Amino acid sequence: MENGNTENTEKPAQNGGAPPQNGNGEMCMSLNAVNKWYGEFHVLRDINLEVCTGEKLVVCGPSGSGKSTLIRCINRLEEHQEGRISVNGIELNDDLKHIDEVRREVGMVFQHFNLFPHLTVLQNLTLAPIWVRKTPKNEAEEMAMHFLKRVKIPEQAAKYPGQLSGGQQQRVAIARSLCMKPKVMLFDEPTSALDPEMIKEVLDVMVELAREGMTMLCVTHEMGFARTVADRVIFMDEGQIVEENNPEDFFNNPQNDRTKLFLSQILSH
Amino acid sequence: MHADTVVSDPLIQKPRIAAAVLTAAFAAFFFLNFADTSFGRMLAETTGGGDSFARAGAALALALLFVGNLVLISFFPVRIQIIAVWLELAALFAAFFLVFDLNAMFIQSKLWFLISRGLTTTLYVSAAAISIAFVIAVAGAIAKLSGNGFAVAIASFYTSFFRGLPLLMQVYLIYLGLPQLGFVVGAVPAGIAALSLCYGAYMTEIFRAGIESIPKGQWEASRAVGLRFGAIMRRIILPQAAPVVIPPTGNQFIAMLKDSSLVSVIGVWELMFLSRTLGTKTFQHMEMLITVAVIYWILTMALEVVQARIEGHYRARR
Repeated sequence: MENGNTENTEKPAQNGGAPPQNGNGEMCMSLNAVNKWYGEFHVLRDINLEVCTGEKLVVCGPSGSGKSTLIRCINRLEEHQEGRISVNGIELNDDLKHIDEVRREVGMVFQHFNLFPHLTVLQNLTLAPIWVRKTPKNEAEEMAMHFLKRVKIPEQAAKYPGQLSGGQQQRVAIARSLCMKPKVMLFDEPTSALDPEMIKEVLDVMVELAREGMTMLCVTHEMGFARTVADRVIFMDEGQIVEENNPEDFFNNPQNDRTKLFLSQILSH
Repeated sequence: MHADTVVSDPLIQKPRIAAAVLTAAFAAFFFLNFADTSFGRMLAETTGGGDSFARAGAALALALLFVGNLVLISFFPVRIQIIAVWLELAALFAAFFLVFDLNAMFIQSKLWFLISRGLTTTLYVSAAAISIAFVIAVAGAIAKLSGNGFAVAIASFYTSFFRGLPLLMQVYLIYLGLPQLGFVVGAVPAGIAALSLCYGAYMTEIFRAGIESIPKGQWEASRAVGLRFGAIMRRIILPQAAPVVIPPTGNQFIAMLKDSSLVSVIGVWELMFLSRTLGTKTFQHMEMLITVAVIYWILTMALEVVQARIEGHYRARR
């Protein structure tokens, strides 16, 4: 299988691309010359990215660099205007069927959890399996309890999201996504809204998920997480992927000036 | 409002304030001139003073009574204060109604008919109209927010038209206008149609605001798990909009209950119609008007209780 970066070699700071270590080589997601504008503002500039099944990518970069927009394009929460995005061989275009299919394959975890406050934790987890996958209720509940155990809060099943701590809510959100049995998980700054102590409990769940072989695309500033889990780290600035490397080289030997500046800023404390 | 933790004595217990209120009350009562009331005449007779003495005396007595009452009540806990003031105001109203020297026998003889015919019609018309208005409002709100040109245009034209005309005119237009097009409608269906179209327009705006009050993260999370529009609306957005929408919708229902009196002009035998017709023969208009007023009032109080219950239900789930 072709390496993800060979076609971007004209970009100055692309570091040759690290071969995926954990992936089994099967292509899971590909973005091809993707461009997106918000009105006049060019948010995504010529993004090329290929992700193999089982691979873990960490996307970082300064705020406003387009990293959230990038992963939100992958499940069509945002629309791209140019280029091709395909997930599991399904191309994302205006065909609503494709969008529905992709959304079923792709789970997403948000910065602000976005749990449904009027439903209990259990109902939050069973809603989509019941109404999208048409899973029978008792089966959906069994599965929900299974995933709640995996994120280590089965005892909170009957509570409402508002009664849980931030870390617990985010773990419920992860479990909610997992209940749809996604092939890919997208994380949009999952720990940015959490207290320091709660960050760990969420990251632990994410690390475990990574170990089980989930394909993950994660926008985060948790550099420790990136070091231990990521197969590749992507650095974005002004809508472009300016650097892409394995975590080892990315942190120890950054090539791009913007990357060096960014790393010196966030690692200086 | 959130109460301050600093608790001060009730204002009325401060001598200066009490004196000021007393003066103001005296001036007001003096201006209103109670000398010619039974109380004033009694005062003039017992003290032997003249008319102006009676006027001042009555005003002073009433002012003292008023301020004394305020001071007395201010010493009780808030709950009791509220109940006491309610009872006093209710007594004043009752006294006001008694002035008309109503014929209780006449009221009694008509009351059952007022309830069995008038009240049931009023309730039936209002309930039917609010149910239809509810459906219109959900559809209208979704249409207005849809971004579909036709839907937005139709919905906004509808709300503009039905909020722009007086309800009375809409009642006439539907009852007298539709037959011109070849549709002859009965008075009751015409009344229900007018009420539901008018209130549907107001409620469309309420529902639109309710739907818009749900943060976009809820939409995104629902879409991310693969839910489609219909399911998102039914399972996620509307249940969360409900607590926002219910207080103003309750208000609308209470308002509609009374506006249903407007369909009396096309001959529907509801409360208002009966109140105007039942007393005509014997010129006992006041009896019927006041009885029906009381029925409307009791009805709205009952509805307020129901509304509070529903609001409480949603608050408990938070």
